[in-house]
Amino acid sequence: MDYFRDTILNWVLFVPLVGALVLLAIPGDRKNLIRWVANLFAFAGLLVALPLVAWYDKTEAGFQFTIAKDWIPSIGASYRVGIDGISFLLVMLTVVLGFIAILSSWSFIQKRVKEYYIMFLVLQVGMLGVFMALDFFLFYVFWEVMLVPMYFIIGIWGHERKLYAAIKFFLYTLLGSVLMLLGILGLYFFHSGLHAAGAACPAIDAAGHAIDTFSIPVYLELGKVLPVPWQVWIFWAFFISFAIKVPMVPFHTWLPDAHVEAPTAGSVILAGVLLKMGTYGLMRFSLPIFPDATRMYAPYLAVLSIIAIIYGALVCMMQKDMKRLIAYSSVSHLGFVTLGIFMLNHTALSGSLLQQVNHGISTGALFLIVGLLYERRHTREIAQFGGLATPMPIFATLYMIISLASMGMPLLNGFIGEVTILIGTFQVNKVWAGFAVVGIVLAAAYLLWLYQRVMWGEVTNPANKGLRDVNLREAVTLVPLVLWCFWIGVYPKPYFEVLDKPIALLVQRVEVAQPAMPVAVTLPETEEETPSEP
Amino acid sequence: MEQLIRQVMEDVGFIMPQIQLTLFACGILLMDFLLERRHKYLNAITALMGIGFSGFALWRVRGYERLAFNGLVVVDPFFIFFGFLFLLATALVILMSIKYLEVEAEQEGEYYALILFATVGMMFLAGGTDLITIFIGLELMALCFYLLAGFLRRDRRSNEAAIKYLLLGVFSTGILAYGFSLLYGVSGSTNIYRIADAVGQRGLDDPLVFVAMVAVAAGLFFKVAAVPFHQWAPDVYEGAPTPITAYVSVASKAAAFALLLRLFLIPLGPLRANWEDLVAVVAVATMTIGNLAALNQDNVKRLLAYSSIGHVGYILLGLVAGNETGRTGILVYLLAYAVMTLGAFAVITGMRRSNLIGDRLDDLRGLISKNPVPAVMMLVFLLSLTGIPPTVGFYGKYFIFLSLIETGHYFLVVFAALYVVVALYYYFRIVVMMFMQDAREPGRMTLSPGLTAALVITLLLTLIPGLYPEPMIALARFSILP
Repeated sequence: MDYFRDTILNWVLFVPLVGALVLLAIPGDRKNLIRWVANLFAFAGLLVALPLVAWYDKTEAGFQFTIAKDWIPSIGASYRVGIDGISFLLVMLTVVLGFIAILSSWSFIQKRVKEYYIMFLVLQVGMLGVFMALDFFLFYVFWEVMLVPMYFIIGIWGHERKLYAAIKFFLYTLLGSVLMLLGILGLYFFHSGLHAAGAACPAIDAAGHAIDTFSIPVYLELGKVLPVPWQVWIFWAFFISFAIKVPMVPFHTWLPDAHVEAPTAGSVILAGVLLKMGTYGLMRFSLPIFPDATRMYAPYLAVLSIIAIIYGALVCMMQKDMKRLIAYSSVSHLGFVTLGIFMLNHTALSGSLLQQVNHGISTGALFLIVGLLYERRHTREIAQFGGLATPMPIFATLYMIISLASMGMPLLNGFIGEVTILIGTFQVNKVWAGFAVVGIVLAAAYLLWLYQRVMWGEVTNPANKGLRDVNLREAVTLVPLVLWCFWIGVYPKPYFEVLDKPIALLVQRVEVAQPAMPVAVTLPETEEETPSEP
Repeated sequence: MEQLIRQVMEDVGFIMPQIQLTLFACGILLMDFLLERRHKYLNAITALMGIGFSGFALWRVRGYERLAFNGLVVVDPFFIFFGFLFLLATALVILMSIKYLEVEAEQEGEYYALILFATVGMMFLAGGTDLITIFIGLELMALCFYLLAGFLRRDRRSNEAAIKYLLLGVFSTGILAYGFSLLYGVSGSTNIYRIADAVGQRGLDDPLVFVAMVAVAAGLFFKVAAVPFHQWAPDVYEGAPTPITAYVSVASKAAAFALLLRLFLIPLGPLRANWEDLVAVVAVATMTIGNLAALNQDNVKRLLAYSSIGHVGYILLGLVAGNETGRTGILVYLLAYAVMTLGAFAVITGMRRSNLIGDRLDDLRGLISKNPVPAVMMLVFLLSLTGIPPTVGFYGKYFIFLSLIETGHYFLVVFAALYVVVALYYYFRIVVMMFMQDAREPGRMTLSPGLTAALVITLLLTLIPGLYPEPMIALARFSILP
């Protein structure tokens, strides 16, 4: 058991990979066997992650369950994984949504089944790796690896304009990641420069050895010594990458295409987990490593977030396609998340992270709902539906709860997240909070209007008369998400407890003022000296 | 006298790899007469044995660092690295060729002999420290390549490729020879170390030295297909037999880079301030033209040709940075480039059947449903060519980017990084064809044992150093020129 406890993150990370390898050995025409095996491995991935809930230590601010192994010693890269409160919640979200997404594909995916499940399991590994990696090199590898299966999931199993959407997704994200690679290399160079300059910075390991390293815990301390011009440049390199991934408003144009054209499970994972990588990156890296740059630009980025909230909501009102509507609602909801991040205070940051989980649950569920309807009617056009509550009562109930959760109804999860973010925003700027509230009102408008057009009234289209209600498998994909919505909505305390210490540490890192740094550092080949005040 | 003989005998040991290859090549030419037509493939096995012996000889001189034959050739880790790279590439090309020549009905012994002679030329290029040795090595290699490019005598495209390659190649050699003559005029010696001293004394402002540098640079840029001397590459790549295309794009390019590095870092080293900007401009232009021209190619060989021009740009950037990381990066990049390009060309070679040339983009349509294994292999090679980790191609870019950041070339590094995105687009046009279009006509490709071996070797060499690059990095660090 101790062995399992020490290596649990390896298990969580590699069970899906083992699943993919096992699938490789099964002949492609045995579709049901493939489905069973894939679902079992996805479920096993969920099971091995569950002990984390019991073992996670809420009183600890740093990384837990860490595993470190040498990988490429000559450049200082290592295999190093671990989680803190922030990544813990996202890892749990990933394993749950990953399992649900794989389960939801059972009948939707009929062609090239084997490849599909292999891709999905590899994708799962990539996503978990991004959240767990404590080494920048490893992080970058997972960040890139994950793009390839997602590209294929959109490009092979997607809808009409899948090729366009798939390559657009890949190009946008790759554009961001190469810039991030340069940012990482810049940090790496700065860090080795510290050693070369003989500076006694907190980034040297316990033994005091000068080592090249990509270790994220070490880099998180760099915020104290990184000179402002460096911070600004590398901040933007990282920011563009994360902003494309979130996506924040001028970088969002890939999202509607990718979400709409992806198969249901692909949309669920895209919205539920992939977008969180951007916000996770902002919280994990941008804030603590570039505190001065962050504080410098936070107001502008907050305004950008508010634009995203309102713009996304307004665009939602105009959509004729259900899936496109929900895709744009992600832009709006993620606007809340980034708003919370750039408020830089404890309340807003906790709310922001909780809202990431909430968005994963409720938008994931909304995409499942669209997928359900699509499987039955092969259309996503809102005008084709109407009065579905009559033939599909259980479905109507689930859909109602999810809609309410997504728009921020009290007792459901969205409310907790949004209100916490708003309280945090209010402490910083009342006008911003006011504009953000408009976003909540608009969310209620477009989601309820959508619900009304699809579910209520008479059944006008004869094709909708005999629609089958949800079956057991579909219920298994939706009900846990609904229950999770209620849990967060009624009793969010455990979540805030998990987040409390790590967020406090994060806030402390952002607020650390440059002048308080311990030593003045002279860098090779640069003239900037870090400003030091008496 | 006796001492001289002892000296020569000792020195012969240092060119044993080249001697072995020459002997086997001559042996193939003799044995070819005795073989019946259907047994001609045995020549390939002889050639592979020659490579094995040569590799063993090379292994024996590893770790040495000394000049031989009065400073005509050198044996140093740099030479050993490139020697093994050439042998690896040659062996893979031979494995790819057997079946291909069978299909083309051109299974001839000369083919393998010429490949081995070309390898000898490359080795003298990489190990030459005297302008004469270098020039002879260069000509030996180039002459073999002109013949090999036109080896399909009945094919118009092959003939066109050979003529174009010959004319432009001779032209570029002329420019290079002119540069060499000026260097000799400046220094009074053909030894590159003496030239380095003389050039260093003359200083940066000497117009004669400058002209010599420009002429040498132009000749070398021609050989590596850097802009503006790149026009020969796409046509030659398209027309030459596919294994030879792979050979030209990998081995001849690596050899040209070995020479380029040695010349720029030793005799032209004192002129760094003069050529750094020049090389930077050429590198950016090369990346730009190569990557943008690759975007709308419908022939896979042409597409890979233009993309290889783009790769040349990255490698040249490593020279611009020039620090230890950069020089390591060049070697890592060349190694990675060799295996992944050979892999990609091996898949294209496999497409050749009696009724199908198989080099159009359209021919790859739906490959995944007909031949899943080569399709997935091709995907890995293309990801590696793009530079997506964890494949070997990523590490080349990693070191080049890091070296540019270390030396403060921020503008260049952003440029270089953005072209990765462009590269992804055209490489993935191939992926779209293979994975997302339905196959038109049935007919699987048959993989011969040789081709299978080549594919497996290149795949392993793409993935294993991708996942665990430590030995490769250590090797490259050990092998750089000081």
